[in-house]
Amino acid sequence: MPKKSPPSPQQLDLLNENPPKRPAAPKKKPSSNGHAHANGSNGAASMNGASHAHEETVVSAPPARRATAETMGSKQRDISVSEFFSKNRHLLGFDNPQKALLTTVKEAVDNSLDACEEAGILPSLSVEIKEMSEGRFRVIIEDNGPGIVKPQIPKIFAKLLYGSKFHRLKQSRGQQGIGISAAGLYGQQTTGKPVVITSKTGKGRPAFRIELRIDTKRNQPDVVKDETVEWDKEHGTRVEINLVAAYRGGRTSVDAYLEQTVVANPHLELSYLGPKMEVPIHYPRVANELPREAQEIKPHPHGVELGMLMSMLSDSGKSTVKQVLMGDFSRVTNGIAEQICKLAGVKPTARAEDLHGEVLDRLHKALGEVKVHAPPSSCIVPIGEALLIEGLKRRFKAEYYVSTTRPPSVYRGNPFAVEVGLAYGGDLPNDEPADVMRFANRVPLQYQPKACAISEAVYDTNWKSYELSQPKGSLPVGPLAIVVHLASVWVPFTSEAKEAVAHYDDLMKELKLAVQECGRKLAAHIRARARAEGEQRRMSLFQRYIPEVAGAIASILGRDKDKVEGSFYKALPNFVNVVAESKAEEEAKAGAPSMPPPPPAEGAPSPSQAPPPAGGAKGKAKVEAKVEAKGKAKAKVEAKGKAKVEAKAVKKVALPVPEKKKAAPVAKAVTPAKKPAAPVKKPTPKKKA
Amino acid sequence: MAAKKKSAGSAPNGATERDRKTLRKIEELASATLRTVEKADNPAVALRVRALSNVTFNEKKRIIELGDRVQSREFFNTNMARKFMQTFLVANGCRELIQQNKTVTIRQMYYILKHTLKGSSENTFEEQNESDPIIEDVEVAVDALREELHLFANKKGLAAGELVVNDAGDEIDLSRMGRGGWGIPSICEPEVLQFVRSKAKFIMLVEKAAVWSRLNEDGFWKKNECILLTSEGQAARGIRRLLQRLATELKIPVYVLVDNDPWGLYIYSVLKQGSINLAYESMRLAVPGVRFIGMSSFDYKKFKLPDSVVIKLNKEDLARADQMRNYPWFADKKWQNEIKELQKNGFKMEVDSILSKGISFIAEEYIPKKLKDRDYLT
Repeated sequence: MPKKSPPSPQQLDLLNENPPKRPAAPKKKPSSNGHAHANGSNGAASMNGASHAHEETVVSAPPARRATAETMGSKQRDISVSEFFSKNRHLLGFDNPQKALLTTVKEAVDNSLDACEEAGILPSLSVEIKEMSEGRFRVIIEDNGPGIVKPQIPKIFAKLLYGSKFHRLKQSRGQQGIGISAAGLYGQQTTGKPVVITSKTGKGRPAFRIELRIDTKRNQPDVVKDETVEWDKEHGTRVEINLVAAYRGGRTSVDAYLEQTVVANPHLELSYLGPKMEVPIHYPRVANELPREAQEIKPHPHGVELGMLMSMLSDSGKSTVKQVLMGDFSRVTNGIAEQICKLAGVKPTARAEDLHGEVLDRLHKALGEVKVHAPPSSCIVPIGEALLIEGLKRRFKAEYYVSTTRPPSVYRGNPFAVEVGLAYGGDLPNDEPADVMRFANRVPLQYQPKACAISEAVYDTNWKSYELSQPKGSLPVGPLAIVVHLASVWVPFTSEAKEAVAHYDDLMKELKLAVQECGRKLAAHIRARARAEGEQRRMSLFQRYIPEVAGAIASILGRDKDKVEGSFYKALPNFVNVVAESKAEEEAKAGAPSMPPPPPAEGAPSPSQAPPPAGGAKGKAKVEAKVEAKGKAKAKVEAKGKAKVEAKAVKKVALPVPEKKKAAPVAKAVTPAKKPAAPVKKPTPKKKA
Repeated sequence: MAAKKKSAGSAPNGATERDRKTLRKIEELASATLRTVEKADNPAVALRVRALSNVTFNEKKRIIELGDRVQSREFFNTNMARKFMQTFLVANGCRELIQQNKTVTIRQMYYILKHTLKGSSENTFEEQNESDPIIEDVEVAVDALREELHLFANKKGLAAGELVVNDAGDEIDLSRMGRGGWGIPSICEPEVLQFVRSKAKFIMLVEKAAVWSRLNEDGFWKKNECILLTSEGQAARGIRRLLQRLATELKIPVYVLVDNDPWGLYIYSVLKQGSINLAYESMRLAVPGVRFIGMSSFDYKKFKLPDSVVIKLNKEDLARADQMRNYPWFADKKWQNEIKELQKNGFKMEVDSILSKGISFIAEEYIPKKLKDRDYLT
């Protein structure tokens, strides 16, 4: 876990340990390459009681002076990280014991995943939560990541505001809280126990086990114990944190977090041993390829904020304005740079760091107005339609899965992409509101669903037109799970707690379009299923009456009853669209209950691990083909009951329905959405006979 | 019905020509269906639509007639399959009755044909009201009358008076039927029922058995030399057929006494020109010359009936009255006046209410006065 999650700018400022006396620079964002703690902070100043006093000194009113600048100055001092942390736990995700547990696990898991992906390693994680005593837990997270070089270990885990991800514009998970060190600090404050890190960077290299404390006065790591240990892992990192916490179930639980993480990260292999479990839950990997590495991009002219612009200019050394524009922004060509300068009334050759005041405002305005291409979408890494479905399959035993990945779009100069996955039917509860899972850059959002743009997109969609019931202003009711993933270099959250996505118009539009597009695919399936069921009912109706009619006709005419009946059965296929499938259906039904629930409770290796789809995901067609191949291979390996079901399902798709006029609707019914999801969907194995 | 029975066109020895014809028609229905199925097509039974939309009032004959609109009852159609099946069950049931030369009631037929379908909880017929209309369908489909299908309904209606009949070989004097009267059988065809002799001058048909008993006890038919009938509510086919034959064969007038309400008028209307449901039988059942003697809405004033005996018309009555006024056979001004008066009165009256004027007022005052005054409608 070499990386630390970046803190938000505000948190950064607030946490700054530098004396607040420094001139408060009006910088909202840190410089792109500067050190976080090098920046002054008006946030801290306003936090500080002393600055308040300052204002009073300015007031030249008659009331008697209460203090002098000197006496006040003597009170002005550093705020310790520890003190700040105690007062602002809620900002960092440690509001209460339950959330503290979640945040700790989340920071560690997100860091591990980011590290593995950056290093190009397929992540295998294990998470263990032990209840040591009443209200005291130990969280152990172990990954197979690249490991951390020894000198960095203390800084990463025991120094707040240390990391690599904050300073760049690149899609990554680490946006929650201020990282693993905050979790370590929380643990230290509540239990007094140090954080224990074990890490190994490669085969043949030593594994280090280091116990760390945070010196809260100086915000420096304090190595308590340092030893070399034996570790059979080739490489990886193991973090142990003791903390006061509470373990509960529900939407905001650790369990929910992990279940959802597994959905959004099909390439993740995870085993989880919760406090009340005897055997770990094992989620095998279902995608043997890493997500494409996200490209780091330069800021886009439309998305840059004034503070950001100022620091970009002031850090530019001797460059001209034009050079900065062309060099540090994406999509700014020579011509566009000149256009911007003209709009702003700035000489292109002016020294960038000399710009200030009104000129700066004009330049900022010009940047927002100039016509320029959208930023490259290479910086966006969606999960992908096929893999999203694989992810959903890990969590839900549904009858039908479908997904939609929208093409990348832009809000305020920030590229983003929305994708939606749906699981329908099967074991999902029939009469409960849909299960909605929100993700930002593959990280589950578990809090504040009501305030989130993603939820709003789901609520605002008219699910009734997709064959689902939906009480007014509520979620659709039915056997449905909805996954919405927002991938972006900069996810706009409503607050520093990063729990809900903000309502930007461009974003809302894409979210809704994605939900609707996926909803339509689902509706096509539901309708097809209803049609198929209708046909089934029709057929059994005729089958019920044929013996009676044939019997009567045979005895009126003195013919052989079986022969007359045979004539009727021969004519039957011309009038119904399902043929002789009732048997297959029954078998499928009999086979279904023997299937294991989605997360196999035992750590047994799952059959779905078997055939890795080789090669990178280049074209959609390729992915599809793979998934299909995989699906079939799977069917072979898996438990008999299931194999039977799938085989039947496949057979059903391929079943040539009698050539007559009424055959057409059936073909349509079985493959409603020809698009990417088609190969992986399984036509309803469960049906009432 | 046992399917094993040897069948195929062979009517039993001694079967009438009529039976042979019916059997042939049933067989034709079945073989047409089989031929269609063997071509893998959808078999269908053509049925003339028995609904208001497909009946017309023949002004000349003064009867309701069934139109030509045909409904095709298909087997491979989820909405019709069940009825299609039932149609053939009934057809086959009747085939067996004819071959065995036996007759059953429509209720017995319902029980004979009712069984549970294999592999389900569904019955061939759930209620008798499901099989009765199917029987009518078969009558239409094979163009046979109910009695030709060897089916009949329960006796309904009573008769007494100056008439001697021969019913299936037994001679019955309707002037010697005591208090109970003669139960009118469901089938009153000339083959089984003949009129031996009669000195009746007219026929009096009353809606209610209670009124019939009252008149019978008062010796109304003896004093007036008539035949006294009751339909016991809406007239069944048996009594309608009997009435038609009496009217035509004895050539005497028929008077009808019903309650003063829309339903009474409808009973009269059915006797007179037939019903929508049995429009295909109007020719045999309707008696266009039948005379409506009462009770009329005008009788309230005419006979100075007390206020206390009237019953307020309800919503349903008023709507029904509106409907009646629109029937072409009530288009005549005198009928319009009659119905308007009913609506104007805002109340209805039962025949029994006339008893408020005296126990024998109907037999001794009301009817004789009306007959004398020729105070009736046609």
